[in-house]
Amino acid sequence: MVHRDAPNFARTDLAGQEINLKHYRGKVVLLNFWATWCAPCRLELPEFEQWQKKYGADGLQVLAVSMDDGDAPVRRTVRRLHLEFPVVMGDARLGEAYGGVLGLPVTLLIDRDGKVTAMIKGEADLGALESQVKHLLDR
Amino acid sequence: MKRCTAIMFIGVLTGALAANAQFAGRASNPLSATTVPQSRQIQPAELAQMMKAPGSQRPVVFQVGSFVMFQQAHIPGSVYAGPGSQDAGLGLLEKKVASTPRGKLIVIYCGCCPWNKCPNIGPAYEKLRNLGFTNVKALYIAMNFGDDWLAKGYPTEKGR
Repeated sequence: MVHRDAPNFARTDLAGQEINLKHYRGKVVLLNFWATWCAPCRLELPEFEQWQKKYGADGLQVLAVSMDDGDAPVRRTVRRLHLEFPVVMGDARLGEAYGGVLGLPVTLLIDRDGKVTAMIKGEADLGALESQVKHLLDR
Repeated sequence: MKRCTAIMFIGVLTGALAANAQFAGRASNPLSATTVPQSRQIQPAELAQMMKAPGSQRPVVFQVGSFVMFQQAHIPGSVYAGPGSQDAGLGLLEKKVASTPRGKLIVIYCGCCPWNKCPNIGPAYEKLRNLGFTNVKALYIAMNFGDDWLAKGYPTEKGR
């Protein structure tokens, strides 16, 4: 997956907006696969929300894909965590497109040209990840 | 004024603690997979070997985690019966296991996340024990199903 073009997808997010990954070319995308029952995921998401606010003007776009089986708990969690970046519902097809999402969380960094530069399986080292985000934004 | 301030502070603090507990309850209330005794855990290599036995001698295997992950890849012959972290999932497990003899070896697995963070295995294990099943084991998956089963070359199948 790393060094390859990020597989495109188009989904409607929880707010009813169409989210098409290719529309974010020119931005640095942090794509996070998560689920409401995943404790490490719930710790990371508020950090990503902070990064969206901090680096959004520089071109960062956080996109989150929930791998929950239904959207009701996802909506509740998004509200509780005050997440404002787009959250879409994932499924097996999307997971398979990204090489199989068989553990959570999974976080990918996609550069401005749409290439995957990093894929972190499991809980991320947030300090190191933030450094990678800043590095991509500086390019 | 000082009493009002103190009352307000206590109120705010209580509210904050309650909100945190309500949210933290989803992670801290569910039984951790670490509550499953080591003697009731089974390693991937051992289960993979057991699954080669003739049908009636194989354990009954349930995936008690994420259905989306089950669809991507699961142990051949395993049945989805989760998620263990939710009442609906435990209800599904109870339904799926209803016709299984109480002494039959049942293996549950998840692999959503590292063992010590899995919210599904512990409640599912407790559920089965409370239903009277005497021979329940949990597949020990250290990190996740992808790394600890699929990547190790053990068999999987896709779909429902």
